[in-house]
Amino acid sequence: MNTELLRFTTAGSVDDGKSTLIGRLLYDSKSIYQDQYEQIERVSAKRGEEGVNLALLTDGLKSEREQGITIDVAYRYFSTPKRKFIIADTPGHIQYTRNMVTGASTANVALVLIDARHGVVEQTKRHAIIASLLQIPHLLVCINKMDLVDYSQAKYDKIQDDFEQFAAKLDVKDVSFIPISALNGDNVVNRSEKMDWYEGSTLMYYLENVHIASDHNFIDTRLPIQTVIRPYSDEFHDYRGYAGRIAGGSFKVGDKVVALPSGFSSEVTRIVGASGDQELAYPPQSVTLLLKDDIDISRGDMIVRENNQPEVGQDIDLMICWFDDKKPLMPRGKYALKHTTQDVRCIIKEVRYKLDINTLSRDQEDKEIKMNDIGRIQIRTTKPLFTDAYRTNRVTGSVIIIDEGTNNTVAAGMVI
Amino acid sequence: MNYQIDHIRELESESIFIMREVAAQFENPVLMFSGGKDSILMVYLAYKAFYPAKIPFSLLHVDTGHNFPETLKYRDELVAKFGAKLVIGSVQDAIDKGMVTEEKGFNASRNGLQTTALLEALEKGKYDAALGGARRDEEKARAKERFFSHRDEFGQWDPKNQRPELWNLFNGRKHMGEHFRVFPISNWTELDVWQYLALEDIPLPSLYFAHEREVFKRDGTLLADCEYIQKRPDEEVFTQMVRCRTIGDMTCTGVWESNATTVEDIIQEIATTRMTERGGRTDDKRSETSMEDRKKLGYF
Repeated sequence: MNTELLRFTTAGSVDDGKSTLIGRLLYDSKSIYQDQYEQIERVSAKRGEEGVNLALLTDGLKSEREQGITIDVAYRYFSTPKRKFIIADTPGHIQYTRNMVTGASTANVALVLIDARHGVVEQTKRHAIIASLLQIPHLLVCINKMDLVDYSQAKYDKIQDDFEQFAAKLDVKDVSFIPISALNGDNVVNRSEKMDWYEGSTLMYYLENVHIASDHNFIDTRLPIQTVIRPYSDEFHDYRGYAGRIAGGSFKVGDKVVALPSGFSSEVTRIVGASGDQELAYPPQSVTLLLKDDIDISRGDMIVRENNQPEVGQDIDLMICWFDDKKPLMPRGKYALKHTTQDVRCIIKEVRYKLDINTLSRDQEDKEIKMNDIGRIQIRTTKPLFTDAYRTNRVTGSVIIIDEGTNNTVAAGMVI
Repeated sequence: MNYQIDHIRELESESIFIMREVAAQFENPVLMFSGGKDSILMVYLAYKAFYPAKIPFSLLHVDTGHNFPETLKYRDELVAKFGAKLVIGSVQDAIDKGMVTEEKGFNASRNGLQTTALLEALEKGKYDAALGGARRDEEKARAKERFFSHRDEFGQWDPKNQRPELWNLFNGRKHMGEHFRVFPISNWTELDVWQYLALEDIPLPSLYFAHEREVFKRDGTLLADCEYIQKRPDEEVFTQMVRCRTIGDMTCTGVWESNATTVEDIIQEIATTRMTERGGRTDDKRSETSMEDRKKLGYF
């Protein structure tokens, strides 16, 4: 049962075969149940469609099925003996950038689909840019509908070249390409017999084997404190545990540590994990640390190593994606902000530029940031935050911005 | 050094993280306890999240009055074991007060009436967050549910206007009178739950294991024969080895023909079965969107 968990995100529009691909992964890994299959069979027939529409498996809400589109992020699950998979399935149209960003925020792998007939299009670039902005560690480009281009290697090579040229401008570390036909199952789970020129792995082999063990930051030791555990019982009279999920590096019993913002030092005496005491703790484990000295630590504080500390500051540069459909970002506006376990307020000091999501160009004239726009801003917070650059740590480098009037999450931010 | 944890431990860690966020972000959270395996899992995870302190949430059981007797016995033992506080929301009370009307006929069930009793119990207890054991793999409307799910002052869910949820930053801010439903085990599948229950050796109600029971067949589903269900003249009662895959109230929980008498047998059975666990729930079969419709009104 020693299986890893892999989260991947897909983005795409109605016609590029995304739903068919997901349907096939679920179907071929035997994750679709008979009653689910019968239900979509019934619905397909009722709507007068030919055959069974696998896309119905991924469209959850009534309005989505009526309109035949995916509006929201839907989560799908399947597993093989090697891994358990969580798919964050998101719509691909530009008006749903915020859903793509949401799905991308926790993914290990971004699966970008390209229709072999159309090659690299605007939407492909947008998905790749989001994957790069959100620092998804692995990018997998599936060139789909190979059956409609006669399984042509030349077509495949051309698309790969085009994509690589474009991706050179992006900050992506690991890119792979697979030619597939989701409809016929070529190179999805089973190797294609029609593309003997392709010697790489199938999609399923890739998903089962891509190296994700180093996707967490195991260098910069960070524990944002969620809550302090004090039993107030006779048995555990002096127990004072600092509970949280390890956000980076590792803690060992005996380690010298420092609490932020107080700066007091102490030593780890015990690490209590979900299965009892442990010697060592690392991401993404939830633990409770006990320290030698009775120092004042509460929610929002962070326990780190003496010789490896995050940036402590109130003036922070962010790349943001704006989510609010009613109000644009207000320059000089005040918002609530969440970072790790800290709640603060912030003021927007400056909008530096808006990023064109299709061309990567920076617009320094039109700086109005509206729904689905991506831009670089500078903020000042009411209290210091303990941050790392998002590039080095997705947990300590991310924030959300909240409208104080509506309480809605209006932006996702990544520390530069 | 091997810094790797398996998927079960990662899910466990995620759920503990979310329970701790709930304790920190809300003033008066409550854990909705149905007596099913998912809510049993939730209680054990809550215990781990705050150990050695007590679970900082009361357990809320919405009692339809049509429970399997085994469920109530297990519930009371669990509450005693963890020293938790139990709060009961009663559907019978809601009926007696005239807040809801009992369904009539052969497929009558109190399932839909639970929503009123639940919302009343939440309001009465002034709970600002209700933790639930719903999972995204259970049903298509639940696949789009957030970990932190915002409810307006009427307890309603607006699926098209959900807050985006990024990284592990959960926005629990709300206005007066609103509350949150929180689903810490969203990412677990049925198989994950069973693997964990086996791994941790967690005792379960006897209903989950194969036993002999008087049953009858309706619309392809086996139902337990009991005083709460009116049988049609042609519905014959017979004895069969069965078990429950989900536990709801007796009127809508189908039982399955099964010989699985241990957790290991059950894992084997689930790994090879071709039907979803809610496939036996007559409450989900009422229409294509019956779960979505009930959730919008404030169902679990």
